[in-house]
Amino acid sequence: MTPAIELLRIDKRFGSVHANKDVSLAIAPGSIHGIIGENGAGKSTLMSILFGFYQADSGEIRVKGRPVRIRSSSDAIAHGIGMVHQHFMLVEPFTVLENVVLGAEGGLLIGPALARARAELTRLARDYELEVDPDAVAGELPVGLQQRVEILKALFRGAETLILDEPTGVLTPDEARHLFRILRTLKDQGKTVILITHKLREIMAITDRVSVMRRGELVATRGTKATTVEELAELMVGRHVLLRVEKGPSRPGETVLEVRNLTWKDGKGIARVDNVSFSVRKGEILGIAGVSGNGQSELLDVIAGIARPASGQVIFEGKDIGILGDPRHVRAEGLAHVPEDRQHRGLIGSFDAAESAILGWHHLDPLGKGFRLDRGKVVARARALMEEFDVRPPDPLLRSSKFSGGNQQKLIIAREITSNPDLLIVGQPTRGVDIGAIEYIHKRIIQLRDEGKAVLLVSVELDEIRSLSDRILVMFAGRVMGERGPGADERELGLLMAGVAKDAA
Amino acid sequence: MNLYIELLASTIRMSVPLILACIAGLWSERAGIVDIGLEGKMLIAAFAAASASAVFGSAWIGLFCAILASLAFALVHGYAAINQRGNQVVSGVAINMLAAGLAVVLGNEWFREGGRTPALPPEGRFLPFQFPALDGLPAVGPLVRIFLEHSILAYVAFALVPLTAWALARTRFGLRLRAVGENPHAVDTAGIPVAALRYRAVIIAGVLCGVAGAYVSTSLSSSFVRDMTAGGGFMALAALIFANWRAWPALGACLLFGFLQAIGNFAQGASVGGFQIPVQFINMLPYVLTVVLLAGFIGKSVPPRASGLPYVKDR
Repeated sequence: MTPAIELLRIDKRFGSVHANKDVSLAIAPGSIHGIIGENGAGKSTLMSILFGFYQADSGEIRVKGRPVRIRSSSDAIAHGIGMVHQHFMLVEPFTVLENVVLGAEGGLLIGPALARARAELTRLARDYELEVDPDAVAGELPVGLQQRVEILKALFRGAETLILDEPTGVLTPDEARHLFRILRTLKDQGKTVILITHKLREIMAITDRVSVMRRGELVATRGTKATTVEELAELMVGRHVLLRVEKGPSRPGETVLEVRNLTWKDGKGIARVDNVSFSVRKGEILGIAGVSGNGQSELLDVIAGIARPASGQVIFEGKDIGILGDPRHVRAEGLAHVPEDRQHRGLIGSFDAAESAILGWHHLDPLGKGFRLDRGKVVARARALMEEFDVRPPDPLLRSSKFSGGNQQKLIIAREITSNPDLLIVGQPTRGVDIGAIEYIHKRIIQLRDEGKAVLLVSVELDEIRSLSDRILVMFAGRVMGERGPGADERELGLLMAGVAKDAA
Repeated sequence: MNLYIELLASTIRMSVPLILACIAGLWSERAGIVDIGLEGKMLIAAFAAASASAVFGSAWIGLFCAILASLAFALVHGYAAINQRGNQVVSGVAINMLAAGLAVVLGNEWFREGGRTPALPPEGRFLPFQFPALDGLPAVGPLVRIFLEHSILAYVAFALVPLTAWALARTRFGLRLRAVGENPHAVDTAGIPVAALRYRAVIIAGVLCGVAGAYVSTSLSSSFVRDMTAGGGFMALAALIFANWRAWPALGACLLFGFLQAIGNFAQGASVGGFQIPVQFINMLPYVLTVVLLAGFIGKSVPPRASGLPYVKDR
């Protein structure tokens, strides 16, 4: 069968970065083809070339066997290629209809196009479970629906091949399942889907074939049924990866943190953290599981001193730090915090790595005297941290935003762990992080525990919680639904996360 | 009665350049190009119109040259903002300073009247249409004349408002233009060239500022004098913000500011209880009102999201 899309010997450089090295790939029509690889492996570049966003330095693109030149997105669209970008390309104040029509108006006036789009949207909604209110303002829709608008945009333009770049990164597990149903329907209707992701689980769940990219090269293509998660992980990283965390039994010591009847209310007076009590002991990892938005973020904020509790206590080594309501004092007490939102709270994108590596500890004496900051010491410190924690590239003067998510996270974890805390609180330590880096970050967290420190871990990845934690709390709607051991059944935890408590603790 | 009619007529006259400049700014800024340089473009256009009209004796040639001059400045701004991804505010300020200086220097060199241009004869100006027959209408006649007896450029200005509102809302060009001002990435991935779209917006702004300038020097007045636009471009910008970047509210804002200017002109020499109000104080009113209105009386004003941001593809 003629491939829907063929890429032949595609090569692309950005300055000194060789983003795609001689990549050849054929995509069968009516299939779902996964492309995996770590961040920076060249997946997105390759797809951007296919979509006309960049031009390849050399190589050929064939659509249904015919060689084509794709110099811009409009060429790609004309050849029936549609793309759903990782960061949505929506005009937020526009309605769904206006967004769908933009660029495909088909005449000088937009009235007829809007009418046509309205009819087409009704049809697509029926055929593909793609219901969206056509008159809703795009920017006000939840991300799951915004993504549907992106898919609708591509289908409205007559896309035969749909490229999705990391589509589940922003979705809840439920939204992700719905997306996969949509993708299967698209496939059943004869469309071709290219799915870019770094999540192995998704690849196994939905694709027919999978291609692995590493450092700009396409290293392998496999039938999904004929491969395993372990093999793909190894191909991606280029070495054997431990997907399972190895750790010994915990030896818990005395209680370090005790949270008593803690309540935090938002601006509308709704209790987002509702009468929560638990304790964390030295030498153990307490994991807090839950679907995103059930009060875990707020709980972290209160413990880290960023938010002040409405009532209740946060007792850290015998002292109520909740009333301090000040992250600097909380840190001074020996608590370190790896925030959930790496980009906004963990570091400052426009700062160089050396500066980001001292945030929150910048006032401490070893880095300077009084108001003076010793630049030499700051850089030397960052260099040492980057060396120890394997941050790549190990360049303290590179802007923080230039590092991949995993390396940014390693830098933040390095900064927090080296403060030698008694308690480390970590939010979503591996969100958007490569599996190679995930392995490393997990190892460091376990190591910290084995050194007798306490760790409070919040993650929406149930696998991560189960593999790292010594005890698991499940939060739902701001309340603790129950506590389970590390061996807890996944289904049971899932029920607790959904707010179903058979035997509320 | 007569005073009120005169005030109304003056309001309309003073509003015309504001409307033209404001709509110019609207097109530019809805496409994401901040245009601080409205004032400078208007000023250089006023100078070009008065000079060309004085030399060639035709208001239309004056208008043509005004548009050319303003367009040239607009393209400089476009080049800086779109191709070179420069800071749009800095580029706009540079245009204002350049225009103010250049007009006087060239004027002095060409006409030797200290930066002024020679007084224009009637055929060198855009004069108001006259409808004396309307006086035959009982009672409303004079009032109707107030509304109708303006130059062709004033008609253009008022016609632009519905035209702009319609074009932005209903045409392909308008949709794309609004989109590029909000999220140029979305426009690019939809297969539409961003730079070309933004250049078109900049060109529209240039043409309209040219008309505004020609109106100031060849219709409102009969020669160019230095700094004769007197901050009108900035007032138009204020009106644009005040109007939340929408055409019809922009008309309202410009009429309000025009009214204040008209009052300023009429109230010169007025006195309150024997105390003569200084002219400067009256002239200050529209600007003070602008500050007050912008400082908090208009609620939230939301500029186009990509406004002032150069478009760079990722990487």
